[in-house]
Amino acid sequence: MSTPKQRLVAIANQAPLFLGLVLLWMLLWGSFSWLNLLTGTLLATLVSVGFYLPAVELGLRLNPWYTVLYLIRLGFDIVRGSLQVAVLALSPRYTPSNAIVAVHLRTRSDFILTLTGVSTSIVPGAIVVDVDRVQSTLYLHVLNVAHPEQVERFRNGVLAEERRIVMALGSREDVERLHRVSGEDRSEKDQRARDQHANEKLKRGGTA
Amino acid sequence: MTDELRDVISAVLVLAGAVMCFAAGIGVIRFPDVLSRLHAATKPQIFGLMAITADVALNNFTVGTVTLVMAIVVFQALTAPVAAHMVGRAAYDTHHVRVDVLIIDELGTRPE
Amino acid sequence: MHIVAVIAGVLFGAGALCALYRIVRGPTVLDRVIASDVLVATVICAMGAEMAFNRHTDTLPVLLVLALFAVLGSLSVARFLPVRDTE
Repeated sequence: MSTPKQRLVAIANQAPLFLGLVLLWMLLWGSFSWLNLLTGTLLATLVSVGFYLPAVELGLRLNPWYTVLYLIRLGFDIVRGSLQVAVLALSPRYTPSNAIVAVHLRTRSDFILTLTGVSTSIVPGAIVVDVDRVQSTLYLHVLNVAHPEQVERFRNGVLAEERRIVMALGSREDVERLHRVSGEDRSEKDQRARDQHANEKLKRGGTA
Repeated sequence: MTDELRDVISAVLVLAGAVMCFAAGIGVIRFPDVLSRLHAATKPQIFGLMAITADVALNNFTVGTVTLVMAIVVFQALTAPVAAHMVGRAAYDTHHVRVDVLIIDELGTRPE
Repeated sequence: MHIVAVIAGVLFGAGALCALYRIVRGPTVLDRVIASDVLVATVICAMGAEMAFNRHTDTLPVLLVLALFAVLGSLSVARFLPVRDTE
């Protein structure tokens, strides 16, 4: 049996998602009334009991300032990415030249990994082809890159995206890691940390 | 806001959405393989949808409309990448990727 | 405003026809799935544009349902395609 404190932590972890479900229900009805709140709470209970999923470790940290910055940047990037692809599709001199790039992220959180994957998919030219959860690596298909420098620039763009998300929502541990490995000699130190992390995850039996 | 100004904004937004849909169609025809076509299918759509629904919300500015529009956009923005990823992985696994247009394939050469 | 409506209609129609061409031509199932996704998105945008022109919000729930369930088609095809291919 779990101790009362553990149970409390578990409930606190679930609360934002639960509230999200209730909010969604009210959004769908398009009005915020007491009846909607009641039925929404009932349905959210039903859904979270009936379709039980393993809990996501959210980390419960939200920096409002960085979140606003991230959302603004995301909106801007969506517009830019859409225009780029549209221009590419309509331009008469189009020669296909693509790449599949591996990006090693610095975060160790599944939540941040997912968020980074989703937001890079809707911003300039990338689609997640495969994810290596143990190594925190995204394999991205990039449209219209012709030179290795462009690949590097794209990789840095994704890392910057991750940085913004971690600053907005990441756990304190992730932020610290971000500062530690964003120095010049990132590659080697990062690789060692990643290997260690992979071993830990395997030991815990963390299969996808 | 004057009526003319609202008409102009509305027209611009609708035209942007229409151009995005048109570009998606053209891209789906012109791009060489499944993965490239996925790009054409997902990205202009989101912007197009955002423009059009923003237009609807602008013309009928009530709480119900705005929240519903936000729900539509958020859903589309969350589900489109997931679908794209599933289709992309299926395409890669079944070798429907034209390797000759890739300059780098770090997934094919990753260490096992 | 009338001219804008005509131009938008032509663009939507052309986009839908392009998607239709890709659905018919293939060459793979995945291409057809992507193209049908584009077709659904074009329909969503066209309905939205109609609402914007006529200043009503009657079909907004339809948009929501389409946006929610359009994803299911491509998900299920992508999910079950490799199973068939490896057999």
